Amino acid sequence: MLKVDGISTFYGHIRALNHVSLDVNDGEIVTLIGANGAGKTTLLNTISGMLHPKNGDVVFDSKKISRMRAEQIVRLGMSHVPERRQVFGSLTVLENLTLGAYCRVSRDGWKAIYQDIEKVFGLFAILEKRKEQLAGTLSGGEQQMLAVARGLMAKPKLMLLDEPSLGLAPLIVQEIFRIITELRKSGTTILLVEQNARAALRVADRGYVLENGHVVMSGKAAELTADEQLQKAYLGGRSNGKG
Amino acid sequence: MPSSEQLAQLILSGITQGSIYALIALGFVTIYNVTGVINFSQGEFAVIGAFVAITLSQKVLLWHGQMTASLEWPLPVAALIGVAAAVLIGVLLYRLGIQPSRNASPLSQIVVTIGASIALRGLVLLAWGTDPYRLTPFTEGPPFDLMGAILTRQSVWVMGLTVVFVVSLFLFFKYTLIGKALRASSANPGAARLMGINPQWMGLIAFALSAGLSALAGIVVAPVTFMTFDRGLMLSLKGFVAMIMGGLTDPVGAVVGGLILGVVESLAAGLISSGYRDAFTFAILVVVLLVRLGGFIKGRKGEALERAGL
Ligand SMILES: Nc1ncnc2c1ncn2[C@@H]1O[C@H](COP(=O)(O)OP(=O)(O)O)[C@@H](O)[C@H]1O
Ligand SMILES: [Mg+2]
Repeated sequence: MLKVDGISTFYGHIRALNHVSLDVNDGEIVTLIGANGAGKTTLLNTISGMLHPKNGDVVFDSKKISRMRAEQIVRLGMSHVPERRQVFGSLTVLENLTLGAYCRVSRDGWKAIYQDIEKVFGLFAILEKRKEQLAGTLSGGEQQMLAVARGLMAKPKLMLLDEPSLGLAPLIVQEIFRIITELRKSGTTILLVEQNARAALRVADRGYVLENGHVVMSGKAAELTADEQLQKAYLGGRSNGKG
Repeated sequence: MPSSEQLAQLILSGITQGSIYALIALGFVTIYNVTGVINFSQGEFAVIGAFVAITLSQKVLLWHGQMTASLEWPLPVAALIGVAAAVLIGVLLYRLGIQPSRNASPLSQIVVTIGASIALRGLVLLAWGTDPYRLTPFTEGPPFDLMGAILTRQSVWVMGLTVVFVVSLFLFFKYTLIGKALRASSANPGAARLMGINPQWMGLIAFALSAGLSALAGIVVAPVTFMTFDRGLMLSLKGFVAMIMGGLTDPVGAVVGGLILGVVESLAAGLISSGYRDAFTFAILVVVLLVRLGGFIKGRKGEALERAGL
């Protein structure tokens, strides 16, 4: 479904990604683990078209997308739920969800979109209660649910999730991971970025470990969980897990 | 002490004039919120809209009397074309001036809009010369008497249409998909792109919308005050002051700011001396700039950086 082939991405002269390659297959949850500053967000932004790689290719659904802009890529069925939620704070929950389907309005029509909003409310009951509330007034956990729900409204084949558990209380983190598992059951393919490596590896099929813009390790989730080096670096203690 | 009739009169004409400032300020806010640009051509759109509407709807002399235009089309048609002309110029300004310079600093983009306003003023001067023009009032008839103050029919049109335009704009932003997309794009341009919202397309719409709004303002006020080729500068400055008074990004604030500015001006002119009309505006401008400007350009930049880091 997604093939990242040897990409390097720069901020000015600073290289944030160095020849990174990874694959995500249909129906998988793949997780990308790495410490703060490793380049995880840069990688997701390069995949979704917010940044462009200097070298290498990104291929999605056998289309080369590395030169396409973000607003075009979402139309191909890729939805990026950005780091720190980035909900539209001055818009209501319902408006946020509607805009999640912005790219589908001409294709699918309003009826389908309203039905999908109902479906999303089935998954995130709290959002239905808050639907007329401004997104900026929601709690951090609710905003994260909204960000994921808004991403779902694009009906993506592939979802990129950037640290959905960041800064949330443990109970809410559990809830987020529960939803991720449900999404997978419904057939959505997911690339999940996490500093919370333990939780991420529990839901994922495979994982990649990123360090200073390099992929240093990859494999089945179970293998990575068992790996000694990785345990030391990322799964050591609770505090380490949070990064 | 001024009589209460005199006060009522000053306030009424202040609200009439302030309505125009409010509409122009709304244009400023719309463009600023969506693109981060302060567009000093805003007043020029009002002048162009008014001049086109005047030329199409009544007899006027053009090119220093060398040509007479006597199309005398119905006013609504002429007004529509005036608005369309301003919208077209707004779109061109965005495509040719703002979009290519979108990676430049906000200050350079402001300079682009100032340059455009000088060029547009020159064009208007070429076509219509320095003569003042006045549009025939929308409806004939004697003025109304309101608590001893005189309220002209055109003032009623100005206030009524301002309400209609402002309400329509708010409904547009609240209930249409494009309106929501514009708000999303101004709240968080990066996240808006991830929804498939093209920021350049939003910028274009913001410029078109604001240009049209200003043109409408120019057309409804053209029967109240004479239009001259150089009115745009003052209208821009006043719209800008109203925008800042309203808190820079707040459309409701901009409308209130415009109305207050109109009334303050009218009171200053009527109670002190007509020479003080603009002096007050600029006193407000200077104070507000000293207090706020340093803050807001930095603030905007910080946000932009944070957004880029997405
Ligand atoms: N907008 C930016 N400008 C310059 N450098 C950046 C920018 N964003 C991130 N970086 C740098 O790129 C590297 C990778 O950052 P990022 O992708 O955000 O890492 P992660 O998401 O893994 O924490 C870091 O060294 C960071 O300082
Ligand atoms: Mg990150």
